[in-house]
Amino acid sequence: MRIRVLAALLAVFAGAALAAPMSVQVRNCKVRGTPSQLGAIVATVDYGAVVQAGAPQKGWYPVTTADGKTGWVHESALSRKPIAMRAGTNDAATGVSSDEVALAGKGFNEQVEAKLRKEGKLDYTWVDRMAAYNISADQLMKFRMQGHLPGGEQ
Amino acid sequence: MSAISNLKFRISNSQLPVAGVALMSGLLAVVLFSGCADVSEAGAGIAQATGVISSDQAQSITRGAQAVEKSWQDLTPEQEYYIGRAVVAQVLQSYAPLDRPQANDYLNLLGQSLAVFSSRPETFGGYHFLLLDSDEINAFAAPGGLILVTRGMVRCCQSEDELAAVLAHEICHVEQKHGLSAIKQGRLTEAFTIVAAESAKQMGGEELASLTEAFEGSVGDVVMTLTTSGYSRKQERSADAAAVALLQRAGYPEAAMITMLERMDERLSDAGGLGFAKTHPSAKSRADALRATISATDSASDPVRQQRFSAAMQPIVASK
Repeated sequence: MRIRVLAALLAVFAGAALAAPMSVQVRNCKVRGTPSQLGAIVATVDYGAVVQAGAPQKGWYPVTTADGKTGWVHESALSRKPIAMRAGTNDAATGVSSDEVALAGKGFNEQVEAKLRKEGKLDYTWVDRMAAYNISADQLMKFRMQGHLPGGEQ
Repeated sequence: MSAISNLKFRISNSQLPVAGVALMSGLLAVVLFSGCADVSEAGAGIAQATGVISSDQAQSITRGAQAVEKSWQDLTPEQEYYIGRAVVAQVLQSYAPLDRPQANDYLNLLGQSLAVFSSRPETFGGYHFLLLDSDEINAFAAPGGLILVTRGMVRCCQSEDELAAVLAHEICHVEQKHGLSAIKQGRLTEAFTIVAAESAKQMGGEELASLTEAFEGSVGDVVMTLTTSGYSRKQERSADAAAVALLQRAGYPEAAMITMLERMDERLSDAGGLGFAKTHPSAKSRADALRATISATDSASDPVRQQRFSAAMQPIVASK
C-alpha cells in the first residue's frame, strides 16, 4: 500500500517536472474538468495561446492556462511547435526562437482564402453555413442519453 | 524542382553584390543538394559572417532548405482547415447542398456524437456535416472535418446506427488525413518555400499570388481524389477498421457497418457503378473483410434512435 502511494506521488512529481509549454493549434480549444470526451468544459483557450502541459494520460494532457485555470486538453488540440499568428508577427512575447515558428500559422491561411473570394473563384456561402452548424455540449449529452448511448467512457 | 528555381530567383532578385552571387550559387548548391539542414545553416552562417548576405537573408536560406523537406504531414491544423473549406466550396460546384435544416441538424448531432470519440476529436474548425441533394451514393470527407453526405447515401441506411457507420468512416478519413495525403509534393514544397523565405515582413502580392496558386493546386488534388480517382484500397480499409473501433467507443453496434455495406452493395449494383462505387473498393469486399473482425452480427437499433432517424431522414429520402 505504502509503495503504491509512493508510486502515485512520484508520478505526480514527475508530471509536474515534465510540465512544458504547448501551443493551442485549434481555433477553440476546450479545457475539460476530466480527461474524457464528454467531460464538462471548464474553460476555452484561443488559437496560438500557450498552456503549461504535464505528462499525458491516454491522449489527455493536464494543463494550466495562462490565467491559472486547470483541466484536461486532448492531444489533438495541442502542439509542441509554437504558433506564429500572422506573417510578420513578433513572437518575442512567447520567447520563441525556433525555426518552426516560420511555418506554423502561415501559408495556406485566411489571406489566401480572402484572395480566392475576392477573385470570385470559389463561393463560400454554404461552407460558412455548414461551419455554423454547432452542437452545444448540452445538446450532445441529451442526444446521447435519449439514444441510450454510453456516457463518455474512452 | 520549381522550389529550387524559385529560391534562386528570390536570392538573385535581392540586389546582392555581383561577387556575392557566385559565392551564393556555390552555397545554394551545397544547401539544396545536400538535403541537410545543418549544412545549410553552416553555409548561410558563413555567408552572413563574411558579409555577403544579411541576417534576414541567411535565415531565409536556412528556412528555405528546411521547407524543401516538408510534406503534407507538416501542414498545420489551420492550413488543413483552409484547404478543407476550399475543397467543400469546389465540391459544391458539382453537388447542390440540401437545404433541409431538420435533417442537417440531426446529421450534425449524430456526427458530433461520433466525432468526440475520434482519436482526433479536435480539429482547427471542428467537425461539421451537410447533406447533398444528389441521388448518387456518395460521401466526402474534406480535410479538417467538413463532411458531405448525399441523399443517395442516406437511402442506403435504414437506421441511425447505419448512418453512424457512414459518418464514422468519413470521420476516420479526416482523422488519418487521407485528403491531405492526396496533395502533390511539388505544390507543398512550393508553398513551404514561399512561407519560409518570407522574413519579418508582411507577405507581398507576388508571394501571395504564388501561394494562392499552390493552394488552388492542392485543393484540386484533394477534390480529384474525392470525386474521381478515390483513395487507395489500403486507406479505405484503414478507415473501415478505424470506423468500427470508433462506433464501438461511441456506443453504436459495430455490426451496423456490415449491414450498411451490404445494403450499399445492393444499391450500387442497381446504380451501375456510379459515385461511391467509382472511388471505393466494392462494398461487398469491404463487408467481407470486416466480418472477420466483428463477432456480433446483431444490429437491432434502439427504438428511440430508430424513431428520430426516421423523423429526420424519411422526409428527405422519400422526396424526389
